[in-house]
Amino acid sequence: MDGLLTTIGYDAWVLDALLAFPLLGALAVLLSPVTASKRLALAVTLLEFALSVPLWWRFAPATAAMQFGATHPWIPDWGIMYRVGLDGISLFMVLLTTLTMPLAVLGSWTYITQKERPYYTLLLVLTTGMLGVFVALDLFVFYVFWEIMLIPMYFIIGVWGGARRLYAAIKFFLYTFVGSLLMLVAILTVYYMVGRATGTYSFAYEHLLSNIGAAERWAFWLFGAFFLAFAIKVPMFPFHTWLPDAHVEAPTAGSVILAGILLKMGTYGFLRFALPFFPDVALHPVVASAIVILAVVGIIYGALVAMVQPDFKKLVAYSSVSHLGFVMLGIWALTAESVSGAVIIMINHGISTGALFFLAGMLYERRHTREIAEFGGLARVVPLLATVLTVVALSSIGLPGTNGFIGEFLVLVGAFGPYPWATAIATTGVIFAAAYLLWALQRLIFNRLEKSENRGLPDLSRREVMVLAPLLACILWIGIYPQPFLRRIEASAEALIQQVRPDETVATGARPPERAP
Amino acid sequence: MSPLDLTRPAGMVLAVGPELVLTAWSVAVMLTIAWRHANERDQRLAGHLALAGLVTTLVTVIWYWAAGVQAAPGAGMVAADAFRYATSTIFLVGAILAVLLSLGYLGRERILVPEYYLLVLLATVGMMFMGSGTDLVVIFLGLELMSVAVYVLAGVNRRSVFGAEAALKYFLLGAFASGFFLYGIALIWGATGSTNLSTIAGEITRLGVQGSPMLLAGVGLLLIGFGFKVAAVPFHMWTPDVYDGAPTPVTAFMAAAVKAAGFAALVRVLLEALGPVSAVWTGAVWWLAVITMVAGNLVALAQRQLKRMLAYSSIGHAGYLLAAVASGTALGAAAFLYYALVYTLMTVGAFAVLSAAGRGGEREVLIDDLGGLASRRPWLAIAMAVFMLSLLGFPGTAGFIGKWYILSAAIDAQHASLAVVLVGASVVSAGYYLPVIMAMFMRPPASESAHRETRVGRTAGWVVGATAVLLVLFGFWPNRAIDVAQRGSEQFRPAVTITQSP
Repeated sequence: MDGLLTTIGYDAWVLDALLAFPLLGALAVLLSPVTASKRLALAVTLLEFALSVPLWWRFAPATAAMQFGATHPWIPDWGIMYRVGLDGISLFMVLLTTLTMPLAVLGSWTYITQKERPYYTLLLVLTTGMLGVFVALDLFVFYVFWEIMLIPMYFIIGVWGGARRLYAAIKFFLYTFVGSLLMLVAILTVYYMVGRATGTYSFAYEHLLSNIGAAERWAFWLFGAFFLAFAIKVPMFPFHTWLPDAHVEAPTAGSVILAGILLKMGTYGFLRFALPFFPDVALHPVVASAIVILAVVGIIYGALVAMVQPDFKKLVAYSSVSHLGFVMLGIWALTAESVSGAVIIMINHGISTGALFFLAGMLYERRHTREIAEFGGLARVVPLLATVLTVVALSSIGLPGTNGFIGEFLVLVGAFGPYPWATAIATTGVIFAAAYLLWALQRLIFNRLEKSENRGLPDLSRREVMVLAPLLACILWIGIYPQPFLRRIEASAEALIQQVRPDETVATGARPPERAP
Repeated sequence: MSPLDLTRPAGMVLAVGPELVLTAWSVAVMLTIAWRHANERDQRLAGHLALAGLVTTLVTVIWYWAAGVQAAPGAGMVAADAFRYATSTIFLVGAILAVLLSLGYLGRERILVPEYYLLVLLATVGMMFMGSGTDLVVIFLGLELMSVAVYVLAGVNRRSVFGAEAALKYFLLGAFASGFFLYGIALIWGATGSTNLSTIAGEITRLGVQGSPMLLAGVGLLLIGFGFKVAAVPFHMWTPDVYDGAPTPVTAFMAAAVKAAGFAALVRVLLEALGPVSAVWTGAVWWLAVITMVAGNLVALAQRQLKRMLAYSSIGHAGYLLAAVASGTALGAAAFLYYALVYTLMTVGAFAVLSAAGRGGEREVLIDDLGGLASRRPWLAIAMAVFMLSLLGFPGTAGFIGKWYILSAAIDAQHASLAVVLVGASVVSAGYYLPVIMAMFMRPPASESAHRETRVGRTAGWVVGATAVLLVLFGFWPNRAIDVAQRGSEQFRPAVTITQSP
C-alpha cells in the first residue's frame, strides 16, 4: 500500500485532488438527473473520504513542518500563490471534514425532498470551501475560502431550513461577514508592513509569520481584527447569538456541518493565525485574562442556557457554546497538554455534537417536532435509537471511556497551571453538561410513554445506522485509545507553543514573553 | 512606432484617431436617421450601425494600444498613453453593452427615437475626450459633449412624466455643475497661467503658489464640478430621481460609463496637474469618499424599489472609487481602472436583469417582486446573484478583486481608517444586496402567474450571460485585467509626489 502510494506520488497531489474533486462532483451532480443526484453526491463524498484516508498513515508525526505541500502560481503580481499544506492540527480537521460529508449526505437522504440537485451541489461546493480553509497557507487563499463557504451555507439554511430560515440565514451571513471584512483589512495591513520591511510582497503564511515583527506597531489592532473574525465564528460569548438561530433553523445536515466543522474554523484560525502572529498581544496579561474569562463565561453560560431549552436542537446548539469555551481555554492556557486537548475537543465536538444533531434530526423526521416535552419513554419504542442517543450523550458529557473525557481532561489538566481559578470554575461546566444532557435524556427516552403519537415510531433504519455507526466507532476509539491522535498532534502543538513563547516550554503563568527583535 | 508630434496638425489628427473614427460613425448614423426614421426597423438599423461604430472604435483603440502609439513629450491637448486607452476601452465596453440592452428594450417599450443611438455615440466621444484630454479645456469640452447628449437620453421617453422630470433635473443641476467646473478652470488659470495639465503642475512648483487662495478655490470648485458628475455625496441629489426616471438602458449607461468618465478625468487632473498640492485634495477626496460610501449605502438600505436601490448603490460605489482616488498613487489609479471595468460589467448586468423583470420604465419593481424568480427563471436568478455578490465584493467574483485592489491602494497610502470605513460600508451593503438573493431563491413566487412576463430579449440575454461569466472569470483569474490596469496606471508612478506624513 505504502509503495503504491509512493509510486503514484500521492503526497504531491493529494491536497489539490481533495480540493478539486468535490467541485467536479458538484458539476456532475448539477448535470445529473434529479433521481441520481443524491447517489452521485454520496459516491463523490465517499471517494473523497477514501482519498483522504491515506493521509493518516502518510503523515509524519515527528515533525511540525507542513506536509503534503503544493504550490501553484495564481496572481503573481500581488504575491499571491495557491499554497497548501498540512500539519498535525489541520490533518484532523481535514479528516473530520471528509468523514462528516458522506454522513451528511446520507443524513439528508429523506430529509431533503425538494430541489435535491442544487442542495447536493451546494454541499459539495461547501466541502471544497471548508477543506480549503484548513489547508490554505497563503492568507489570500485562506480568506477566499473562508468567505466563499459562506454562500453555500447561506443557501442551505435559507432555502432548506425551518420556519425562521430567512432570519437565521441573513443573521449567520452578516455576523460572519462583519468579522471577516475587518480581518481582510488586517491581512492587507500585515502584507504591506511586512512587504515594506523585507522588500518581498507576499501573502505566504511562512513569510508573514517569520517577519511579523514588522507589524509590531499596529499589533494590537491587527490582533483585534483577527480576533473578532475568529471569535464570531467559534463563537465565543458574547458573539454567539447567531449560533442558536442558524443551528436550529438549518436542515439536519446543515446543523451537523455547522457544529462539526464550521465552528472549528474559528478555533483553527486562532491556532494558525491570531496566536502565532501576535503573541505579545494575545498573551498580554490583560488580553489573555479577558479571553480566558470570556471562555469560562461561555462554558458556564452555554451550559446553563442549554439546561432550560425546551427544544432539543437548541439545547445541543447551546451545548456547542459551552464546548467551544473549553477549546478556547485550552488554546489560551498554551501548555502542551491543553493545546493537544483543545485539538482533541475540536475533533470530539465534531463527532459527538454531529451525532446529536443527526439524532435530533431523526427524531424530528419521526414526529415533526423538536420539543423535548413531546417525547418520553422512547426507550421502549425505539430501543436502538435510545441506546445510541445515550452513548452519544455520555460522550458529550465526557464520561471516561468515551472521547469527550480525554479532551476535557487534557485541557483542564493543562490549564490548571496557568489559570487555576478559571479552570476550577470551568470544571463545573462538566457537571452542568451532565445535568442538561442527562435531564434531557430522562425526558426523551425514559419517563413514561404518555403521548400516544410516540407509540409505534419506527426504530433506526439501516441507512440511519450507517450514519451513526462511524461516529459511534470514533467515540469509542478516541475514548479508549487516543494515543494515535495525540501522537500526530503533539509536534505541531509544541511547535506552536515554541513559536508563541520561545523562552519557555512549560507555561507557568501569563508572564509576557520577550520577543527576539 | 515613433512618437507623435502633437504640435503639428498631422500628429494631432493621428493622436485623436479613435475619437475621429467614432465621430465619423456618428455622422453616418445621423445621416441614416435623417433618411430613415419611420419605424422600429429603421431604429434597429440605427442601433446596429451604432454597435458597428462602437466595435470599430474599440478595435482602433486596442490597435493603438498594442502598437504603442504615444505622444512626444510636450504640451499637447490630448494624451496618447496607456491610461487613455484603458479608460476608452471601459467607456466603449459600457456603451456597447448599453446599446445591446437598448436594441430590444426600445421596441418593447414602444420608444421610437432613432436619435437615441446617435446620442449614445456622441456621449461616448465626449467620454473618450475626458479620458484623453491633457488640457482642462479639452476635458471640459468632452464633459459638455457627454453631458448634453445624456441630458437628452434621460428624457428620451417622451410619454413618461418621470423621464421628463429626470431630464430637466439632470439638465439644471448638470448645467450648474458645469458652471462650477468652468469657474474652477478659470481660477486655476488665474493662479498658474495655463490650462495644460503638466504645465499647471510645473507652474505651481515654479511659482510657489501651493498655498495661493485662488488656486485652492479653483481646485475646490473643480472638485465640486466632478462631485456632481460622479454623484458623490453631498452633490448626489439629482442621482436617484434621474436614474429612476430614465429608461433602464440609459440608467445603466449613466451609472457605468458616465460615472467612469467623470472619474477618469478626475484621476488625470488630480495626478497630472495637481500633484504638487496633493496634501490639499487628498483630504477633501478622503472626506468625500467617506460620506459618499456611508450615505450611499445607508440610504440604499431603506429602498424597496429595485431601481432606486441600484441607484443608491451606485452612489456607494462612487464612494469606493473615490477611496481609490484619495490614495493619490499609481496603485490607486490602477485600482480605479480595474474597479471601473468590473463595476461597468456588474452594473449593466444588474440593470439588464431589472429591465427583464419589469415594464414601463421598471420604476415599480420592488425587491420583493423578484420572489421565487429562481424557480421560474433559474439562469436569470443565478446571473443576478452573481451581480449582487460582485457588487457586494464577495470572493469568487470580480467585485472582490476590485475591492481588494482599492483596499490595497488605501492601506498602501496609509489610509487604514478609510479602509475600515470601506469595509464597514460593505457590511451595510450586504443588508440590501442579500435581500435580492433572498427574494429570488428563498421566497416563493407571489402568484401562479408571477414572472410569466419576465423575459430577456436575445441581445439583452447575451449581455446578462456575458457579464456574469466575465465577472466570475475575473474573480478567479484576474491576472490579465490586473496587468492591464497596472500598465494603464504606470505613467503616474514617477510623476506623483505622495504626501506621507509620518
